[in-house]
Amino acid sequence: MNWLRKNLIAIIGILVLIYLFIPIAVIAVMSFNKPEGKFNISWNQFSTDAWQNLCGVPGVCDSFLVSIQIGLISTVVATIFGTMIAFALVRYRFRGRSSTNLLIFLPMATPEVVMGSSLLALFLNLRFPLGEVTVIIAHIMFIISFVVVTVKARLQGLDPRLEEAARDLYASPRATFRYVTLPLVLPGIIGAALLGFALSFDDFIISFFNAGTLVTFPIFIWGAAQRGIPVQVNALATLVFLVALVVVLTSQFVSYRRRKSLEILPEEDRSPATVDVMSRS
Amino acid sequence: MRQVDDLRLDHLTKSFGEMTAVDDLSLTIPAGSFFALVGASGCGKTTTLRMVAGLEDPTSGRILIGDRDITGMRAYQRPVNTVFQSYALFPHLDIYENVAFGLRRRGIKDVKGPVESMLDLVELGPMARRKPSQLSGGQQQRVAVARALINEPEVLLLDEPLGALDLKLRRQMQIELKRIQTEVGTTFVHVTHDQEEAMTMADTVAVMNAGRIEQMGYPAEVYELPRTLFVANFLGQSNIISGAVAGSDGSMVTVSAHGAAFRLPGDRNSASGAAILVGVRPEKVTLLDAVDSARVPAPHNRVDGTVTDVSYTGVSTQYLVRTPWGQELTVFEQNDIVGDRAAVGDPVVMHWAVEHTFGLEP
Repeated sequence: MNWLRKNLIAIIGILVLIYLFIPIAVIAVMSFNKPEGKFNISWNQFSTDAWQNLCGVPGVCDSFLVSIQIGLISTVVATIFGTMIAFALVRYRFRGRSSTNLLIFLPMATPEVVMGSSLLALFLNLRFPLGEVTVIIAHIMFIISFVVVTVKARLQGLDPRLEEAARDLYASPRATFRYVTLPLVLPGIIGAALLGFALSFDDFIISFFNAGTLVTFPIFIWGAAQRGIPVQVNALATLVFLVALVVVLTSQFVSYRRRKSLEILPEEDRSPATVDVMSRS
Repeated sequence: MRQVDDLRLDHLTKSFGEMTAVDDLSLTIPAGSFFALVGASGCGKTTTLRMVAGLEDPTSGRILIGDRDITGMRAYQRPVNTVFQSYALFPHLDIYENVAFGLRRRGIKDVKGPVESMLDLVELGPMARRKPSQLSGGQQQRVAVARALINEPEVLLLDEPLGALDLKLRRQMQIELKRIQTEVGTTFVHVTHDQEEAMTMADTVAVMNAGRIEQMGYPAEVYELPRTLFVANFLGQSNIISGAVAGSDGSMVTVSAHGAAFRLPGDRNSASGAAILVGVRPEKVTLLDAVDSARVPAPHNRVDGTVTDVSYTGVSTQYLVRTPWGQELTVFEQNDIVGDRAAVGDPVVMHWAVEHTFGLEP
């Protein structure tokens, strides 16, 4: 009983983690399955067929590459514009600044079905041919909001005196940006770009409305789901997960190393707090 | 020591909307001096400093170094560097690169020699490859000084540089900064709200209030003879008794106040009319038991009173003494007396030398 009380939090924590990771584990495990029929639903037999022949199913790798391409293009464009918007909103006082602040949230708050269908109506009215370009336009639009919010938070946390110090130390406005502002805001920008790519790669609803005949990876899976999802989809999904895992672990490792080196604090020059209290009173 | 020029502020004014932060300030800070600008927060001292640094544009007036007008120059073009409050070290750069920053921005390729000798000057050589967050407050402070001084500015501005340090470390750094200033011979302009710190470090102290300089001079000079009520109360403490000028004989002014008479030298009187505030510093006043009142030296100013509070602070004892007209005066007495101290309720007589008395405009 006592043991339970002591370890209850750990047990609950482990249960929650299991709950979170079971779906991912299932996807990974099923990528080694050799399904009996068309549907990769029940475990049949271990096999590495899907891994050895990742592009074995027509369309799967094409759609995967299309999604990667769309993700990269829209992330780069949205990150550049979003960062510029964030700087404008934090650094300058202009007419319409507060309404811009509000409007930038709208794409995040709008239901994706509504946004997807409205965009489709817009493109059809403009007689703009549906395809990769329309999907990219749509993706840039909603990624920008996330970039602005992420970079803005980082910028607001930036001590304005650091830039003043740079100016004081002979840095022109351009040099101040290059050597002080940008390095300090960069982690926020990179975080925003990663988030943006994930959102774009993952997006189904808006892409589906505006893709025309283009098949992105989520659209391919959706289509395949009717006839039976090929095991290759599981393998590719596991691959994406592994890449993400490596990125996260690397960044964790880097910050762990940094924290580790911070622990060797110099002893000299630090007077104990008690001295301070006594000499003040 | 290098040849440096005076820093001159010429009718400098800065307004923020309705509020005037710095009001028609004219001032010459001699080259190579350690100049302290003291005042309560919001008195305009930091605004003045920021205008000299180029981080704030004056509403009107000029800033000159020698005969060169630097008013229109951008912050990064001025031969002036700042030690910021809470240091503003670049967190993404190590100590070496923080110190080298100014040199690199001016396109100086060979920074190794100057950076290393500057780190030695502030005794931080072994810390060169640490990040600012790995240093203690005192060490960060020294990096901030090194980062500014390496550029050999004509004027070094210090904005409350010791504000973030605890008391013991602050005393240490005061001596350290004074040593560095003597060594490099650069003009230091030090802004602080700590009057004791200003007097300890500076050759010249300027007391600032509401955007203007109330009084300026050697620390001892300003402390011993405050010319305004604000200075008398901001730089140390003062006992102030209001009265009226009764007459002057030769070099002495006689004041009658609350039925008592006080005398002070005419050259220590700043009051222009008949109304006057008589002042004296608490440590200049001597306390005697009422029965010993015959021992008060004849020329001294004297007031009878009753002790209402005694606080022992180690080196000295502070008394509050109520005068016959109900005002409480403060007396500091060194704890070097043998025997009993005055206790609450004791009738006493306070006296002080005429030469320690000053007169102020009410």
